[in-house]
Amino acid sequence: MEAPLTRNIRPNEMPPDLKAYEKSGGYQALRKALGTMTPMEVQKEVVDSQLRGRGGAGFLTGLKWSFVPMGTESRRPKYLIVNADEMEPGTFKDRLLIEGDPHQLIEGLILSAYAIQAEIAYIFLRWAYKTAGRRLQTAIEEAQAANYLGRNILGSGYCLDVSLHTSAGRYMCGEETGLLNALEGRRAVPRAKPPYPQVCGLWGKPTVVNNVETLCNVPHIVERGATWFQRLGAGKDSGTKLFGASGRVKRPGLWELPMGTPIRDILEEYAGGMQNGYRFRGLIPGGASTDFLLETHLDTKMDFEAVTAVGSRLGTGTMIILDNRTCPVGMVANLLTFFARESCGWCTPCRDNLPWAAQTLAAIETGRGTDEDLEILAFQCRMMAPGRTFCALAPGAAEPLQSALKYFREDFQRHIDQRRCPWRQP
Amino acid sequence: MLTTEEQREIAEEVGRYPNTMAAIPEALKIAQRARGWVSDETLREVAEVLGMLPAELDAIATFYNLIFRRPVGKHVIFVCDSVSCWIMGYEDLLRHLQVKLGITMGETTRDGLFTLLPIACLGACDIAPAMMIDETLYGHLTAEKIDSILAALIHETD
Repeated sequence: MEAPLTRNIRPNEMPPDLKAYEKSGGYQALRKALGTMTPMEVQKEVVDSQLRGRGGAGFLTGLKWSFVPMGTESRRPKYLIVNADEMEPGTFKDRLLIEGDPHQLIEGLILSAYAIQAEIAYIFLRWAYKTAGRRLQTAIEEAQAANYLGRNILGSGYCLDVSLHTSAGRYMCGEETGLLNALEGRRAVPRAKPPYPQVCGLWGKPTVVNNVETLCNVPHIVERGATWFQRLGAGKDSGTKLFGASGRVKRPGLWELPMGTPIRDILEEYAGGMQNGYRFRGLIPGGASTDFLLETHLDTKMDFEAVTAVGSRLGTGTMIILDNRTCPVGMVANLLTFFARESCGWCTPCRDNLPWAAQTLAAIETGRGTDEDLEILAFQCRMMAPGRTFCALAPGAAEPLQSALKYFREDFQRHIDQRRCPWRQP
Repeated sequence: MLTTEEQREIAEEVGRYPNTMAAIPEALKIAQRARGWVSDETLREVAEVLGMLPAELDAIATFYNLIFRRPVGKHVIFVCDSVSCWIMGYEDLLRHLQVKLGITMGETTRDGLFTLLPIACLGACDIAPAMMIDETLYGHLTAEKIDSILAALIHETD
C-alpha cells in the first residue's frame, strides 16, 4: 500500500533535512514543474487528480485555484496561504506532517503558488505548535539557500517569498476568511462571501488558502500524475488521507490509508479496537464539528460522499471515539462549551445560541435539566443551521448536538428523569 | 518601558507587511515576551511605536487567547479541556492541579509561580490527556506525572 505523504516520516526522529529530502526524490516535482510545465498545466494536473481539500470542507483544490484571475490583468501581488492553524478538537494530523517532513509542505506550497502565480506566501501556524514552527523555519531557510525560494527560482524566472506567521490563538483563525483578517492584524471574524478570497482576499488581492495536508499531496500529483493519484483511493475519492483515532482505543494515533478505507478497518485494525473494559458506543468521524455515527455505520467508507450519505461528514478524518463508560451528554456539553468559547461573536445565531446551548447541556448533565430543555436544544440546532451564519462555526457546532439528540435521546432523558448524570457517582 | 531592542523588533515586523496594522499581533507578542503580559502602560507604548491608537491595539489584544491583558505567573499552565482529553479524564487531573496549586482556572498562585488557564485542543489527542507549560507540551498525564513536572519547575526556581 502506497503512503506518499508519510514516506519520510519517522515519529520521534528528526525530520529529513534538505539533503535527505532531496535524496528521497524531494524537489524533483518542483524541478519538473518549473522546467517543463506552465502554471495552467500544473493546475490542470491537480484538477484532473480530483484532489479535495483536507482541511475539513473537501472542496476540490483545482477548482478552488481555477477562480484565481490569471495573466496580466490580475491585480498583484497574489497570495498563497498555508492554513496550519490546526485547532479542530480531536485533530492532530497537520502537526505530524509539518514536524515529520517540513520540506514536503514547502515544496507543495511552492508548486501551488506557481500554479496560481502567487508572489507571496504565508504559512499561518498555530501558536501551540512550537516544534513544528522551529522545523519549518529551518526548512524555509534551507530552501531559500538552495534557491527553491526567493528570486528567479532555479533559473525559471519565477519568484516567491515565504514567511512564517504565528497565530495569537483563536479557533476562528482556521476559518478561511477569519484567517485573512487575522493576518491583516484584525480580529479574526469571518467575511461575507462573495467576493471570494480567490478574487478579493488578503488586502483585497487574489488569495488562495489551502490546508497543510492538501498542499503536501501536490508534489506527488505533479511528479506521478493525476491518474496515479486517483488510483490511490479505495472509494470515490482520490489519494490517501491521514486518518486518526483518539479516545479509549488501544492505540490512538494516525495512519495514512487510501481514501475510502472503511471506518471499521481504522478502528479495529489500526487503532487496535477498544481498550479492555470499554465498549464502543459511537464516534464523531472528523473532528468536533461532525455528526455522531453508531455501530451500524462502521462499514461506511471514509470518503467525502460515503460519510455524508450516512448523515455525517468526513471533516478532518480524525475520529473521536465515545465508549460505554463515557457520558454522551457530557461529551456534547464539552464540545458545545468549546464552540461557545471560541465563537467570535460576529453574528447573532452563533454568539447567542452557543452559550445558551452550552448552559442548557450543562444543566442537563448536572441534573438540573427539564423536558423542555430538549426542545430548546432542538431549537438551537435549527437556529444555527447553515445559511443563518457568516461562517461554518455554528453549523459545525450543531452537528454533534443534533445527532446526539437523535442517537442518545434516552441518555438525555435519563439525566432529566434521574436528576443526575448516570455516569457519575451519586 | 519598551527596550530599544524591542522597539527595533517591532519596527522590523512592520516592515514585513504592507501596512502597520498587520504587525499588531506580533508587536503585542514582542512586548509580552519579557513581561509575561501587556499592561495598559505597555499597550500605550506599543501603540506609540506603531503610530496607532491604544484602542485599536486593545481590540486585537482582547480578541486573541494568547495576548494577556492581566498579569500571569512565571509559568503558564495551559490545560487542554477539549473533547479527546475530556474523554481521557482531564477533569480529574484539573482537580488535582487546582488542589495542589490552591487556585482555580484563571488564577495565579500567591508566590507568582504558576497561572492556570484552559486551552483548546493542543493537537495531542494521541497522547491525551495533555497540557502545555510555557512552550513545552506534556502528554499521557497522570497525577503523579503532573507532580513531578511541577516539582522540577519549582526546583528550577529555587
